[in-house]
Amino acid sequence: MSAANRSIRFGGSDGRPASNLKTLSYIGIPVWIGLLVQPFIGSEGALALAVVTFLGGLLWRMAIRVSRSVQFRPQIGILLEETGRLIRVLSGWKPADRQRRALALTVTGAVLILPLVLNNYIIDVLTLAGIYVVLALGLNIVVGMAGLLDLGYISFYAIGAYSYALLSTRLGVSFWLALPLGGLAAAAFGVVLGVITLRLRGDYLAIVTLGFVQIVHLVLNNWDRVTNGPNGILNIGRPAFGTFVFSRPIHFYYLILAIVLLTVLAVDRLNRSRIGRAWIAIREDEIAAQATGVDTTRLKILAFALGAIWAGIAGVFFAAKFAFVSPESFTFFESVIVLSMVVLGGMGSVPGVILGALIVVILPEVLREFASYRMLVFGAVLVLMMIFRPQGLIGNPRRRVELQFQDEGRRLHMPMNGKRV
Amino acid sequence: MLFQQIVNGLALGAVYALIALGYTMVYGILELINFAHGEIYMIGAYLGILLLTFFTVVGLTQNHLVLSLVLVFLGSALYCAAYGLTLERVAYRPLRHAHRLSPLISAIGMSIFLQNYVMLAQGSADKVFPHILLPEPITFLGVPLGPLQIFIILTSIVLMIGLHIFVNKTRLGKAMRATAQDKRMAGLVGIDINRVIAVTFVIGSILASAAGVMVAMYYGLVNFFIGYVAGIKAFTAAVLGGIGNIPGAMLGGFILGLVESLGASYISSEYKDVFAFLILIGVLILRPGGLLGEKASEKV
Repeated sequence: MSAANRSIRFGGSDGRPASNLKTLSYIGIPVWIGLLVQPFIGSEGALALAVVTFLGGLLWRMAIRVSRSVQFRPQIGILLEETGRLIRVLSGWKPADRQRRALALTVTGAVLILPLVLNNYIIDVLTLAGIYVVLALGLNIVVGMAGLLDLGYISFYAIGAYSYALLSTRLGVSFWLALPLGGLAAAAFGVVLGVITLRLRGDYLAIVTLGFVQIVHLVLNNWDRVTNGPNGILNIGRPAFGTFVFSRPIHFYYLILAIVLLTVLAVDRLNRSRIGRAWIAIREDEIAAQATGVDTTRLKILAFALGAIWAGIAGVFFAAKFAFVSPESFTFFESVIVLSMVVLGGMGSVPGVILGALIVVILPEVLREFASYRMLVFGAVLVLMMIFRPQGLIGNPRRRVELQFQDEGRRLHMPMNGKRV
Repeated sequence: MLFQQIVNGLALGAVYALIALGYTMVYGILELINFAHGEIYMIGAYLGILLLTFFTVVGLTQNHLVLSLVLVFLGSALYCAAYGLTLERVAYRPLRHAHRLSPLISAIGMSIFLQNYVMLAQGSADKVFPHILLPEPITFLGVPLGPLQIFIILTSIVLMIGLHIFVNKTRLGKAMRATAQDKRMAGLVGIDINRVIAVTFVIGSILASAAGVMVAMYYGLVNFFIGYVAGIKAFTAAVLGGIGNIPGAMLGGFILGLVESLGASYISSEYKDVFAFLILIGVLILRPGGLLGEKASEKV
């Protein structure tokens, strides 16, 4: 097959000459897109979008031509690898030599000291990023390590948050006691969900967990006596050490930093443990794992429980930080945001997931004026990542091979862009 | 009262069934849950409103109501077919041989993308269906029945019969059934798999668009998030009847509509959305193959 065949095109795989199709796609795709959006955004918008697509297509072609002539592509590859390495080093991951250790030390120092001089807004954003790092690392256990696509992850976050809200406002339980309790409550629900969905394969699991979010959301909204419905729960107690009360943003920053460190350590240990390896085995091939003696039932439930704990803890922190919870914080969209962090960073890769969470939280803050396009972009990111870089920004090498070639019989013969052989 | 609730349930069920058919056909062929299918239905509903508004402005609706409604259905179907085709081409075809999780995540991404695209383009406020003059309610056995409900049920049945004939009597339908049984084998005997898959998406999208337009007429307003809940419910209907099974999806849709309508009026209307999920979980645990499905074993 000629190189021309690689162009994006519409229509079937018939015998028309590839070059004609290519020319057609120059005009055809912009026209098609323009027609599709016309009823929604009006003629002017549609025309503008078509022109932009056309110009974009031209630029893309030119870029490809240039990259072919100057061997640009391998360089991009190297660039990505290098960036990945740099970030791995920066995140303090496996400081193998002195340089890395020095860098890790610098980053640790910056993370610890810098917030003392930053303004409250930035600290709040970083705190929020911390919450999402914990959530993403927890979801990474379920999706990245065990390969179970859980779209209901945010429900555990809700359960943690509401646990603390209720324990604090009704019983006056302290934050420090509520932190493990919230985690355990979430884990208990994780076990329940795990048991219910035990027999389900990937896609069914996704739908049932989606239903789970919806049920939790409805219960939070309608069970007025306990959850106070859509108004939420106010005046949740703040964490305190004796007479010292956590009140300023910086206090919460250090608190979430400690939680993040705890999570990273725990998840990393888990990743390298027998359990972690068993999860990977299940993810790669459940039947083979079962055949080699992995107790898949127990381990899948364990994955749900150990993933949910972190969401519960993050939820308790969330409730303490904002002193207010309401059902609106725990929608399916939040689940998608956390999922896009995991996918963007790299499923199964701890530094990748941290990077993903930081990007997804901080980027929209930087690009404030595009805030309303946030979810649109996340949706597109999920699709594009799956097509062009399924292993994520910092991929786990094992996961990369797995994601690229997995189709019985076609393994390794089939490039992942899905052409017929 | 009971009779009226049953008719309501059947109308609702007809809508679920139409959407469920799209899920079940795609699943039958690709073993993929087309998460974005609910959004196609939502787009269909929006197009129904946009087109009818346009015809009203032009003045067609006032003089030729039936003609303009037919045009609304056709236009919406045409557009939804184009969206379905593009969806398959952009989000699923490149991932046909990827890991199982990949197309699923891509589908979720597409669903989020389409929802937000419509929200940004059309605003997050409810979109109101233009007022059209409808005949008086018909009284049957002493119960007044809305003409719209009867229209929805009848239209759905006609579409389902059409689909049944298409799948079982035409060449393309035969190709579809062959592809659902074994994609590679079907390819080897000369069936153009890509074409069959594209046709599947087009048909599913047309059915969803009909459901969307009818729901827009029935409730009088739509919003960008209607596809999400309707999508899950229709999927539940598909699973209930046995996913991949076309008559099953129809049966599942009607059962679900009835349960929901009766549950909302006799048990609790606040929790009416929960019934669908409870049924879904129950079916998946007790009878994963669905009511009409065969007892499927795990594919190795």
